[in-house]
Amino acid sequence: MENVGVMMTCPMSAYLEQELENRFKLLKLWEFPSTTHFLTQHSDSVMAVVGNTKLGADSELIELLPRLEIVASYSVGLDKIDLNKCRERGIRVTNTPDVLTDDVADIAVGLILAALRKICACDGFVRTGLWRNGDSFELATKFSGKSIGIVGLGRIGSAIAKRAKAFGCTISYHSRTKKQDTNYTYYSNIIDLASNCDILVVACALTEETRHIVNRKVIDALGPKGILINIGRGPHVDELELVSALCEGRLAGAGLDVFENEPEVPKSLLGLQNVVLLPHVGSDTIETSKAMADLVVANLEAHFLKRPLLTPVV
Amino acid sequence: MESIGVLMMCPMNNYLEQELDKRFNLFRYWTQPRQSEFLIQHAESIRAVVGNASAGASAELIDALPKLEIVSSYSVGLDKIDLIKCKEKGIRVTNTPDVLTDDVADLAIGLMLAVLRRISECDRYVRSGAWKHGDFKLTTKFSGKRVGIIGLGRIGLAIAKRAEAFDCSISYHSRSEKPNINYKYYGSIIELASNCDILVVACALTPETTHIVNREVIDALGAKGVLINIGRGPHVDEPELVSALVEGRLGGAGLDVFEKEPEVPEQLFGLDNVVLLPHVGSGTIETRKDMADLVLGNLEAHFANKPLLTPVV
Repeated sequence: MENVGVMMTCPMSAYLEQELENRFKLLKLWEFPSTTHFLTQHSDSVMAVVGNTKLGADSELIELLPRLEIVASYSVGLDKIDLNKCRERGIRVTNTPDVLTDDVADIAVGLILAALRKICACDGFVRTGLWRNGDSFELATKFSGKSIGIVGLGRIGSAIAKRAKAFGCTISYHSRTKKQDTNYTYYSNIIDLASNCDILVVACALTEETRHIVNRKVIDALGPKGILINIGRGPHVDELELVSALCEGRLAGAGLDVFENEPEVPKSLLGLQNVVLLPHVGSDTIETSKAMADLVVANLEAHFLKRPLLTPVV
Repeated sequence: MESIGVLMMCPMNNYLEQELDKRFNLFRYWTQPRQSEFLIQHAESIRAVVGNASAGASAELIDALPKLEIVSSYSVGLDKIDLIKCKEKGIRVTNTPDVLTDDVADLAIGLMLAVLRRISECDRYVRSGAWKHGDFKLTTKFSGKRVGIIGLGRIGLAIAKRAEAFDCSISYHSRSEKPNINYKYYGSIIELASNCDILVVACALTPETTHIVNREVIDALGAKGVLINIGRGPHVDEPELVSALVEGRLGGAGLDVFEKEPEVPEQLFGLDNVVLLPHVGSGTIETRKDMADLVLGNLEAHFANKPLLTPVV
């Protein structure tokens, strides 16, 4: 398989790069002055694309790679891949489900605890010497027993629910259709979900339908005591509306791992004490990034050895 | 009951203070410029002391208050109260168990996640603008890690229940093995520390458990281990902890308590693998009110000759 050209869209994992280099002819897009430059030299050699949450395979790129057979994403999210185009062209697509579920669910709960119990603010309070000076920290809000509303009850949403239950939380959810194998309360309307929970968690896939699924109306329904947690994709939330709600006190707080225009974060958020801001680290642990890389490599090997793909989407 | 003298040891909660003021003759110890004189002057009227984790009822104080009948602590921890002296003198003691169990357990998990996934550091990373120049480094997965709990009381059990939902395996150390518990028991704290990834202090502070986490335990926990302390500062040999962290002999720590609050060793401020909290284990609006109501409920029961709600002595 050393002659199989695999194009990696951007730096994502040194380990993955190494593993791909060992098995294939790895072409690193970012080492070229532009995509055009790259394509001029290599468009005919690329049989596989490895993308991630930042840069995947859009319609344009797919058009320009005539020998492309498979897109293996180093992510579970598929919003950066033109799936319809892939279907049309008979191009296979794989992602990295399951291996990252725990990490992302852990970060969701970590964000909830950090937001409600003001963990980051407290840490800063101690480190800047304010506690030593005799100031006392304000009271926070209890997490145990609160009601959690989950948007999207897939693998990650279910994992979040399982954890939250151990804190005595009540769970409700919204998704396109009601899930048959669960006892959680279902709301077919996201406004109803938001009105009936204390903490709203975005855990669904990003598609045309779910873009800005958390908009002004949903934020209003969640209300001035509500908390929004986003471990999905930035575009799930109308960021401008979120920022003004937080600044104006119409929303009590937020825990955000994703933003509409990463790594840009709205300046107004940077001064708020009632938000926790993470640089898209949902699955960024040593253990999980290795597992994700292994899955990408295994899918590519399976494809080129004409074996069944491990985690196909298309 | 307005003539009953109640001595509040330090500011702890406005609502509690107001309610005590309404129902009793409240003395605020911390506002007295000359405390020994104050005690002599008012010794005859003080029948109750309300203390907390910072200030309770020492042998000295108890001796100075001949009419003292009850010490009602705004905490579950009793380390600031001379229980033996109270028993000797027939003084009742109450605390605030159960109402704060969830909050403290929540914070323990919050600390674990914050340390392992570097949540606090990540938040600083974003706010400083550093994210524009590069991604944050990889951290360590929490789910599935081995959690070792020192003290499997109410709080220890609540921590275990939560950690299990993250597929953590649970083991514990306490004076004796608990019946009807499926978690692995270690009779030696060194064995516990050697066999877990995250060691949580959740026992009561007594002379026996002072510095229960010492150099040996820290060594056993090791360079990849994480220590979480939601008990009392003196549970841990703080200088040993600090040097272990600074020298990389311990992987990280999440600390809500310190040996000499509000003093925190400054060498910790520069470390990215620690999370430092100002003793906020029960610090939520909901729980502090519940704790206050329990203190009030105990005092009223006592002075109405009814059974105490949460007696210790």
